[in-house]
Amino acid sequence: MRVLAEMLSYPFLVRALVGGTLISLCASLLGVSLVLKRYSMIGDGLSHVSFGALSVAVAFGWAPLAVSIPVVAAAAVLLLRIRENGMIKSDAAIAMISAGSLAAGIIVTSLTTGMTTDVSSYMFGSILAMSRTDVSLSVVLSAVVLGMFVFCYNKIFAVTFDESFARATGVNVSAYNMLIAVLTAVTIVLGMRMMGAMLISSLIIFPALTSMRVFKSFLGVVLSSGVVSVVCFLIGLVLSYVYSVPAGASVVVTNLAAFGVFWAVQAARQR
Amino acid sequence: MNRPLIKCEHVDFGYENYDVVKDVSMEIEPGDYLCIVGENGSGKSTLMKGLLGLLKPTGGTITVSDELKRSGVGYLPQQTPAQKDFPATVREVVLSGCLKKRGNMPFYSAAEKRLAEKNMERLGITDLQNSCYRDLSGGQKQRALIARALCATDRLLILDEPITGLDPSTTQDFYRTVRHLNRDENVAVLMTSHDIQNAVHQAKKILHLKQNVLFYGPVDEYRDTPAGREFLGGADR
Repeated sequence: MRVLAEMLSYPFLVRALVGGTLISLCASLLGVSLVLKRYSMIGDGLSHVSFGALSVAVAFGWAPLAVSIPVVAAAAVLLLRIRENGMIKSDAAIAMISAGSLAAGIIVTSLTTGMTTDVSSYMFGSILAMSRTDVSLSVVLSAVVLGMFVFCYNKIFAVTFDESFARATGVNVSAYNMLIAVLTAVTIVLGMRMMGAMLISSLIIFPALTSMRVFKSFLGVVLSSGVVSVVCFLIGLVLSYVYSVPAGASVVVTNLAAFGVFWAVQAARQR
Repeated sequence: MNRPLIKCEHVDFGYENYDVVKDVSMEIEPGDYLCIVGENGSGKSTLMKGLLGLLKPTGGTITVSDELKRSGVGYLPQQTPAQKDFPATVREVVLSGCLKKRGNMPFYSAAEKRLAEKNMERLGITDLQNSCYRDLSGGQKQRALIARALCATDRLLILDEPITGLDPSTTQDFYRTVRHLNRDENVAVLMTSHDIQNAVHQAKKILHLKQNVLFYGPVDEYRDTPAGREFLGGADR
């Protein structure tokens, strides 16, 4: 408790706490749908694109969010199109796009500012990265994501479980896929600077996988993912403060531990 | 009263300037049992997509009865690999069949929940309703998906290669279930299938497709046509 009170006396930590909690929540909800559709790698791909876009924006002195949100959203749309048309296998396409944009980011950075701490903090995350704008944007984002999950829950279920049936029932499947991909893109851009480009996709993948160990209903998995994700983020942040380790890494390790616990519960049940 | 549920008149389907299916005329009346057979690449799935309204015909007309337009069709698509370990209860899956009735309203009503329960009972999966879909056997999964389709409408079931991946005894069980729905509850059935032997035993009408319609008519006549004899390979006589 004393540690928590101490943490809350730093404004940057309060921002990280609020912004991070909301972003973890969004990432985990979107993650349920992405993981179940076997499309979790899109998160990884988009985080690399986001890295490239941010480095370029920093190198040219542009506003980072204004540049990277549209670029990453466009990449999300592109990746979906590739998947639907089946031009290239989507895992290969993701690898191509992520390596390509990483390379572009590195070249532009080394030609202009050089590898600064800024760039390294994009890679591995920095707790100082949450600005006031980021926090207000994550409030808006989580309102949209939560609203979508409450009011379109049944359609999200249908689209995730069975695209063909949903399409035949008159649900605009492509629009939902697009919406989920674009919201994922925004989540990644917002969360990346705190969690790090290398680690942000774990926020999308871990909670869903963890919850699937134990819960048998879709609703259960969705709710549990949200709770697991937020709790792990908070624990991770406290650990990062107490042991002075990067926040991104400690959140990932906490998520891994949660996965271990849930897996043990599943194993114990099957006995 | 006995107006066809779906009527196709000289319908073509294709992509850009390439026709995959040409000049199909057929109709499905209430209580019908029509099986669409043909080899891979004969246009079965394209025709299916067209009947589901996912593909616009490049020629001819499709008339869908008003009743079906309102309720949507009861569709059972091929299963995807992602569904194998999907965490959802049978109840959640079946209830999602009511989606069309829901429109843009966010939650299911009590009437829709009752409909889902009724259809679970019809297929004998009531005691599985809280089981996880991924823990079911192939046959139980199929039953859950039929119950879902019946939630949309119990006038017409559209089944796309339904027996793919089922073992022989589950297959027979599946055909029994469908026949029961068709004969005793007057649900019209439209099925695409590779399984021609069973198709001729089960269905009332056959549509043999190979880009064009090779045969369309009652099963008994099909056995005596050249197309039917060739496809049945003499094994059935």
